[in-house]
Amino acid sequence: MTLHLRIWRQAHAQASGRFVSYTVKDLSPDMSFLEMLDVLNEELTKKGEAPVEFDSDCREGICGTCGFVIDGVAHGPRRGRTVCQLYLRDFRDGQSVTLEPFRAKAFPVIQDLVVDRSAFERIIAAGGYISVDTGSAPDANSILIPKEVAEGAFDAAACIGCGACVAACPNASASLFVSAKIAHLALLPQGQPERHRRVLKMVAQMDRENFGNCSNHGECEAVCPKNISIKQIALMRREYLTEIWKNFRAL
Amino acid sequence: MTTLAASPKLISKAPSGPIESRWTRHVDALKLINPTNKRKFTILVVGTGLAGASAAASLAELGYHVKTFCLQDSPRRAHSIAAQGGINAAKNYRNDGDSVWRLFYDTIKGGDFRAREANVYRLAELSVHIIDQCVAQGVPFAREYGGLLDNRSFGGAQVSRTFYARGQTGQQLLLGAYSAMMRQVEAGRVELYPRREMLDLVLIHNQARGIICRNLVTGQLEAYVGDAVVLCTGGYGNAYFLATYAKNSNATAIWRCYKRGALFADPCFTQIHPTCIPVTGDYQSKLTLMSESLRNDGRVWVPKKKGDTRPPNEIPEDERDYYLERKYPGYGNLAPRDISSRAAKAVCDERRGVGASGKAVYLDFSDTIREKGLDYIKEQYGNLFEMYQHITAEDPYRVPMRIYPAVHYTMGGLWVDYNLMSTIPGLFVLGEANFSDHGANRLGASALMQGLADGYFIIPYTIGDYLADASLPKVKPDQREFRETQAEVEAKLKRLLAIQGDKTLLEFHRELGLLLWDYVGMARNAQGLQQAIEKIRHLRQEFWQNVKIPGSNDMLNKSLEMAGRVADFLELGELMALDALQREESCGAHFREEYQTPDGEALRNDERFSHVAAWEYAGEDQPPELHKEPLVFEFVKPTVRSYK
Repeated sequence: MTLHLRIWRQAHAQASGRFVSYTVKDLSPDMSFLEMLDVLNEELTKKGEAPVEFDSDCREGICGTCGFVIDGVAHGPRRGRTVCQLYLRDFRDGQSVTLEPFRAKAFPVIQDLVVDRSAFERIIAAGGYISVDTGSAPDANSILIPKEVAEGAFDAAACIGCGACVAACPNASASLFVSAKIAHLALLPQGQPERHRRVLKMVAQMDRENFGNCSNHGECEAVCPKNISIKQIALMRREYLTEIWKNFRAL
Repeated sequence: MTTLAASPKLISKAPSGPIESRWTRHVDALKLINPTNKRKFTILVVGTGLAGASAAASLAELGYHVKTFCLQDSPRRAHSIAAQGGINAAKNYRNDGDSVWRLFYDTIKGGDFRAREANVYRLAELSVHIIDQCVAQGVPFAREYGGLLDNRSFGGAQVSRTFYARGQTGQQLLLGAYSAMMRQVEAGRVELYPRREMLDLVLIHNQARGIICRNLVTGQLEAYVGDAVVLCTGGYGNAYFLATYAKNSNATAIWRCYKRGALFADPCFTQIHPTCIPVTGDYQSKLTLMSESLRNDGRVWVPKKKGDTRPPNEIPEDERDYYLERKYPGYGNLAPRDISSRAAKAVCDERRGVGASGKAVYLDFSDTIREKGLDYIKEQYGNLFEMYQHITAEDPYRVPMRIYPAVHYTMGGLWVDYNLMSTIPGLFVLGEANFSDHGANRLGASALMQGLADGYFIIPYTIGDYLADASLPKVKPDQREFRETQAEVEAKLKRLLAIQGDKTLLEFHRELGLLLWDYVGMARNAQGLQQAIEKIRHLRQEFWQNVKIPGSNDMLNKSLEMAGRVADFLELGELMALDALQREESCGAHFREEYQTPDGEALRNDERFSHVAAWEYAGEDQPPELHKEPLVFEFVKPTVRSYK
């Protein structure tokens, strides 16, 4: 099969970018979308042109490294999948496809489809953990966690930190990412001691990183490759409001 | 048995005496550094997977100043994240007779008696603390309705000791270690350097004192000074090109340390995992694992008849060969990885393989679906089934999965002593990057265990012993040794870019991969290995004359990054073949066709090969020097490994 690609090319962060068209032929429908880009890059290399730079690592949808926008949708047309989990059978022979990087003020473009998502690290560093030094843990079975609670925490903990939620959000909000971590830890008994300071610190850091606010568009949930629910954002807001209200009353 | 004297380079420092108390007594004898002095030491941790993140977090908690480096854009993306099935621990929560001893025994036997007893016992002993630590961090392990932790079984064991978090155990454990490390980032004790690739080690007075990294965004070379270097850079299975590794996993850090004097142990011990999604075309960039945990409920079979092309549902029960259950009734579908992989290869070689290529076997869940229901399967393996369906466009709830062995893990790696220090003072190696505790074959759910044992519970103790005694003069990143090493790195990058030949990196890498797969794969023989060595040498020569690498050095250039890695694989591949050639026995994953029992099982030669083979670099195009560390078994008697 053949695909006609329009790809965002940008030499470096300060350069202005533009779309460039490429046609890739003799493709197999069983090929993954990224393998198709590998083929394109082989052709470009042989012709002496610069290959298209894009991030990818595990190529099985778990590391969160890959991700760009395909025809206006972060991670492309299949719900619940990352870009690396798309196969050409998900596209039509002769289809035109537009690729561009995740766009958000907090995710500056590094080159072509590669963006800087280090803002996420700083949000986690602000409180996305349980403070337990190595060696100080009690026996694992001394903490009883009902199955439903563990499953609920897992649903939130499944976030791979790819940033698609930010790219999809009209406000470039990181609320789904941040709420997934807050919910994961707030649901578990181990997360209780730091529950209150965690939500305040993480939300404050999110604001400092130039992410927008959530206004319930739900685009994040629609593109999340791990199907993380927007209900995590509701939980985060409840946690946050409770804290703000407590602090207000204490005045 | 003749006693082999250990090479003076390979002093294991493994303690003697009763095995149960070896580690405790060793720790008691280690030197300490007082808390206020720890902050004066800077430790460079390279790699942020389970071993690296847990080491960075634990060392920083003790007060050391830690700098961590990873080539991904975030430390959370290291390939530990892709581990699916679970992590072993001798908790005996099932009351099924598990114990530290039994986990030790299973691991030693699983590794076909090619690992150090003291190390393996320590691993089993520490396993129980790992689970405690991870639960305290908030890792959402699978639970029972009563709120207690759940377990499942993995290959090579007859007890249920594997803890898991759906099919994403590695992800959850890594996020736990990552969060512990990020807490130390906030505390100011860990500095993160993402999108950096370590390209060389800097030695001063023969001590590891720094690293040269390439900043993968700007292309700049950067020098970092430390009092010790901890390599946690994973395995080298991507030498085979097609593997279950992440695309960027590579051997460059360990290989360049090898070329600076660290010995490389047992490079031919590479694990071929039995349950992966088969290759579909020559465009393929990687292979995907289907967790071993699936063999808890899936039955492996092929048609009895050769060349049977009927669809699986049309093959009646009595015309199916459940060959693992037939050949290994004691363990059945949970036979260890090396044995299951070879058995799959054997039936495919007999032309009983299935699918278009004939290089696949069925993993069939229909019996379990009938007995336990669809919901059970969905809950246990939902995400794996989904992944399989994405890749193959087949529904494994209706038709059996097709699976075939693929390169998955490397047991070999840099040689380390009991303190996890390499033959270079101050260079420590953790996790898959070291030659590890798995001998000639790793059991399922043991890699996560080893990475975390090394990082959380071993390096925090042993590094202090080194630092307390080492004489560490103050060094600066602009002093001669740093400048010289950096100049060498720069020259190599420039040389690569200057070749401008006709063949792409991918073409070279694929060619090397096929050579290794054919000659240094699941079955090896002397003639093939000699041929492989010749062919790899030719390919390497051609690479340095004819590779085409686009772009420049002063920018993000993923082709250039990959070029250095492929160049290193082209050297390492030869060492893998050489090691396989000199080991004239079959053990674990290393199967030499000349050495097998009448029924095709591995035939060990303890008389000649009960040792670790560690190779010392002797210079460009010089044959490396072989050193041996004898393996002495005081507690477990090496027997013919039987799973019947």
